[in-house]
Amino acid sequence: MSERGPAPSAGWPLWEVFVRARRGLSHNHVGSLHAPDAQMALRNARDVYTRRQEGVSIWVVPADAITASSPDEKDPFFDPAGDKAYRHPTFYDVPGGVQM
Amino acid sequence: MRAEGFGEPQGGAPRIRDLVAYALRLGDDALVLAQRLGEWSSRAPELEEDVALTNLGLDLLGQARALLSYAGEVEGAGRDEDDLAYLRQEREFTNCLLVEQPNDDFGATMARQLYFSTWQLELYLGLRGSADPTIAAVAAKAVKEVAYHRDHATMWVLRLGDGTEESHRRMQEGLERLWPYVGELFEADDVVDRLVAAGVAVDPAALREGWDRHVDATLAEATLARPEGRWHPGSGRRGLHSEHMGYLLAELQYVHRLHPGARW
Repeated sequence: MSERGPAPSAGWPLWEVFVRARRGLSHNHVGSLHAPDAQMALRNARDVYTRRQEGVSIWVVPADAITASSPDEKDPFFDPAGDKAYRHPTFYDVPGGVQM
Repeated sequence: MRAEGFGEPQGGAPRIRDLVAYALRLGDDALVLAQRLGEWSSRAPELEEDVALTNLGLDLLGQARALLSYAGEVEGAGRDEDDLAYLRQEREFTNCLLVEQPNDDFGATMARQLYFSTWQLELYLGLRGSADPTIAAVAAKAVKEVAYHRDHATMWVLRLGDGTEESHRRMQEGLERLWPYVGELFEADDVVDRLVAAGVAVDPAALREGWDRHVDATLAEATLARPEGRWHPGSGRRGLHSEHMGYLLAELQYVHRLHPGARW
């Protein structure tokens, strides 16, 4: 089997799992799991995260394919947005009947 | 109450006995394999597989409950699912020999899963059209579960067969060791023949073609050889079991027999 996936460390590689709870919603991150490859990761996700009817669609992503922001960069990344209240669309009158 | 035990039965009585026997066979298959899969709990190679195997077992336990309850109801002797699961003796169980075989290693467990769930899927697909509404309903619900069981087993057989030298060797050994117990799945007896004629059961021989197609394709892709042995014991439906069955029942029934009627 030659599925592309993250390089194995100890045991099976780690996958991040995203589940769409129902049609119309987006996929949400629900947790992670180990699996030998992508197809098995999907099946493990089905068994671990949707056994109580939590979802209608699953994505699995190799954990090492995710590039995450660093906690060290938190200030320059996020703080500058703190005092830019004008970026929130709160200064407009929304006509009745418009769905938010 | 239904008539039972009046020598040569009249009218519906033989049909009832056959129906009870058939529901027990299907229910016992599911119950015993559920017990075997439950034995993997906390022992599977990875946590995720632990959850997967016990999930499969719980699906089968659900099927067993429906089928044993129905057998008790049709029998009309006041036995419920618990009586049938926990208070019958080894000779009264009529599961096939395949499901009672020990888990052995993971490869052997996957061989058993591939053989059994491929058969069970073919069977339940056919039983959806059973003339007996309860059997048809149980089959219709179970088809989706068993389709996943077959997929799960197929995925693993492909990976182990076409994996490392060690995984290939173990997978092939598992297939060989359990092969003798496959033949029984496709055998009929008088009970089945009468129920087939009545439109209640499906002819086991008719399941072979679909079974062969899936198993052969899977083994070929997995670079595994289809076992060739011709010896196959077939006594499970008559209550004659392998030496493993007594130990399985001891574990299954111990608590219930120690605390009869206990509830929580």
